Parts: sequence; structure tokens; C-alpha cells
Amino acid sequence: MNSGDIAWMLCASAMVLFMTPGLAIFYGGLVRSKNVLGTMMHSFIIMGVVSIMWVLYGYTMAFGPDMGGGLLGGAKYLGLAGVGADIGPYSDTIPHILFCAFQLMFAVITPALITGAFAERMKFSAFLIFTILWTTLVYFPVCHWVWGEGGWLRELGALDFAGGTVIHINSGIAALVCALFLGKRKGYGTEQMHPHNLPLTILGAGILWFGWFGFNAGSALAANGTASMALFVTQVAAGTGAVFWVIAEWIYQGKPTTLGAASGAVAGLVAITPAAGFVGPVASIMIGGVAGVLCYGAVVMKSRLGYDDALDVVGIHGVGGLWGALATGLFACEAFGGVNGLFYGNPKQFAIQAIGAVAAIAYSLILTAIILKVVDGVVGLRIDEEDEHQGLDLSQHSEVGYRIV
Amino acid sequence: MKKIEAIIKPFKVDDIKEALNEIGIKGMTLTEVKGYGRQKGHKEIYRGAEYVVDFIPKVRIEVVVEDQQADQVVNTIREAANTGKIGDGKIFVIPVEDVVRVRTGERGPEAV
Repeated sequence: MNSGDIAWMLCASAMVLFMTPGLAIFYGGLVRSKNVLGTMMHSFIIMGVVSIMWVLYGYTMAFGPDMGGGLLGGAKYLGLAGVGADIGPYSDTIPHILFCAFQLMFAVITPALITGAFAERMKFSAFLIFTILWTTLVYFPVCHWVWGEGGWLRELGALDFAGGTVIHINSGIAALVCALFLGKRKGYGTEQMHPHNLPLTILGAGILWFGWFGFNAGSALAANGTASMALFVTQVAAGTGAVFWVIAEWIYQGKPTTLGAASGAVAGLVAITPAAGFVGPVASIMIGGVAGVLCYGAVVMKSRLGYDDALDVVGIHGVGGLWGALATGLFACEAFGGVNGLFYGNPKQFAIQAIGAVAAIAYSLILTAIILKVVDGVVGLRIDEEDEHQGLDLSQHSEVGYRIV
Repeated sequence: MKKIEAIIKPFKVDDIKEALNEIGIKGMTLTEVKGYGRQKGHKEIYRGAEYVVDFIPKVRIEVVVEDQQADQVVNTIREAANTGKIGDGKIFVIPVEDVVRVRTGERGPEAV
């Protein structure tokens, strides 16, 4: 045990948890005012639902001893049996329960990210069932593949420092399937659907940025040099993402927007996530800068392709996550802790990164489609037209976000 | 009595209020409104999606005065609100049948 590591990981866990209400605020500002509470509720209630799942069976599915084949963790930690104040298999310096708590916060935010794709039109009951099934059948297994002892991608040597594949590609692809499956919001393309409160979104982006230091630097699982470098490159990639998104839109559409700056920062953060412990400061400028331009392009393309990914989960988390996973295979450098990537003479690492990304894309794509089909059959995914017109806040929750008189 | 209803550019509110104070107008009602006329709307961009917003924010000022003061009020507002650019607004003059002061029950010009 190391009290410095324990102190840092306690703080990092709290910082990662804070990202989910941050995401609620980020998303909440982007929807129309009649849906602000329903949208925030998606993220908020997941903090409760996934916590229960994690204790009962989630942690053991993800981090239990491998059942064989590297696909799923065994039942050893069912109900967190034997997971306590002692050292566990994932770190020699912090209590097992603290590693479990830190990882819980990742399991919370991943399904919350997806909610941006089906914003403003999904039934609350359908959302809950979808979230439980998706987290169980997609997140826990993929988490095991990449981070669990004996997980097949981990054994293969795939690098994913803080969750580019597990969290961002995974949720980004699920978001794409959700957007296609649910269809467009009523009035998409004809009515104006402006964000109703961008200052809220900017605040949310700031909270995400702050929490991301816990997310990336905490993934070192120790208060050490790797954590310090991870924190540093996180800052640089986020800032570069913001600057390059703004430059791209300024050139292409003539105006630098605050929403562009906030979105670019998140794109940079997404892209640096898998690379954080393996790359240096100059590489983080490249990773963040490309993420800013690439994700802006993806978001602009969305309207041409015609799917209604309401809050751009695909364009930012899917595309940014994919770029980050591949970039890790390009820029990884042994000097910073991992192995060498393509640019340091090791093309094999790039291939491994690509395999990891493709596996996550294929699995998330197929499983998400099946889950949506089942949920649609059981309760129906979409709220009815009148409720959609009225908004989620009143129709699903009998509340309103803002009262003028 | 007449009600003067002026739709004006929001940044002109203070100028108009001061100008009306100077000619002895003691009260007015103000509403934030949206609308469009000859002035075109504007463009907004959110994550690459461009929206044309037709309705532009304006402020509506309502003042009720006695008939003989109506012209002076209209002219005062017009001078204070004028920038010479398109979109300066409109002023409507509407007859008022009666006015009641809620507190005292006074009616007519005394209640204004």
C-alpha cells in the first residue's frame, strides 16, 4: 500500500464521477428547453443504476478472473465478494475496493454518453431497459477484453490507457445505431432545433475537462510520473482540439463559435484518452489538433448523411475515439512508458490498435442493434408524437425546467 | 386619450426613456418582443448547422397620454429611436376608451 497513491486515486475517482453531472449540463444546454430535465435525468439516474449493477455483477463480469478465451470475467467477485480494503490483482499500492470504485465511474459515464444520440425522443422506461442491457452485454464484456486480467485485447497487447476503445468507440458506435434505429426527431430538418442554453454547455465542457484529469491521470493507478505526463498531455490535447475546431469552422463557415470551442476541447480529450500514458507533449498537439478538425468534419457530414445523432455522440466520441485509438498506434513511444508505435518503428502496434478498434466497432454495432430491437418489442423506444411535441420534461417527468411567472 | 405603442431597437430603450422623461412622461410599460419587417433576420451556426432566424429581438414600449400630448410623444420617440438604418421600428397610435387606477378607482386622464 502507498498512501500517496491511495489519496490520489480517491480524488481521481471523485473527479471522474463529477464528469457525469458535467455531461448532464453539457447535454442539457444543447437540447430545446422543453427537454432539458429529461436530458439531464438520463445522465443523472445512470449514476444510480450502474452503481447497483456494478456491485451485484458488473465488476466481476469486467474484472473477475477470465472465464476462458478472454471474453468475460468469471463470477469470483459476484456481489463484490472478497473485494475490500486489501490489495487486489490490479494494483499493489491501492485497496482493491478503490480500484473497483474508480472503474465504476467509467462504467457510469459510458452509457451516459450514448444518451446524446437519442435525446429528445426516447421513452424513459425504454431508456432504462436499454441502459441496463447495454451496460451488461456491451460495456462489461468490452471492458474485460481490454482491461480485465486475461482479456483477449489486453493479451494481444492493445494499448488503451484510459478508455478510447472501451468508452468512446464503444459508446460512439452504439450512438450511431441508436440514431439510425430511433429515427429523426419530429421536425428535424424543417423546424429549428437550436441549443437552448449554451452557457450551460460551456460550463459542462469545463467540468468534463476538469474531470478528465482524474480520468486520464488516474488511469496510471498511482501518483507517479506516468500520471503526471498523462495529465499534461490531456491539457494540451484538449486545448489544441478547441483551437483547431475553431480554426476549421472559421475557415469553412466564417465564424468562430463558443460551441465549437467547447466541442473541440471534448474532441481533443476523447482522442488523447487511449494515448495519455504512452505519448509525449508534442504528439498530444498532433492528436488534439487532428481530433478538432476531424470531429468538426464528422459533425458537418452528419447533416449530409441524414441521421439524427442529436448531440453528436458519433461525430465526437465515435470519430474522436477511433482517431485516438489509431493515433496511439502511431505516436506511442517507449520512453513514455508503453511500447513503440508506427512512428517509432513498430508498425505492428498500429495493426493491433486497428484490430482492437474494429472488434469494438463490430461488437457494439451488432449487440446494440439487437438490444434496441428487443427493447422496442417490449416497451417501444419512442415517445408518442404528442408527447414529443410537448417535450420530455412534462410528458415523462411531469416537471418543467424553467418557469417564467 | 391615446396609447402610443412603439416597437424599437432594444439598445435604444434608455435614450427613449430619458427623452420621454424630459417631456414629462411619468410612466411606461416595456415588453421584450420578437418580429420582423423589412429588416432581414440573421444567421446562427451551431456545430456546422446553419439556421436562419427570422424573428429579431425588439422592445415594445407602451405609453398612454392625453390626446393633445400624443404628437409630441410620437415625435420624441421617433427622434430618440432613429438610427437611420433599416429596422428602427414602428410607432402606433391607438385610441384609449378609459383608464382606471387600481388603487384609488380614479378614471380617465387623472388615472394616467
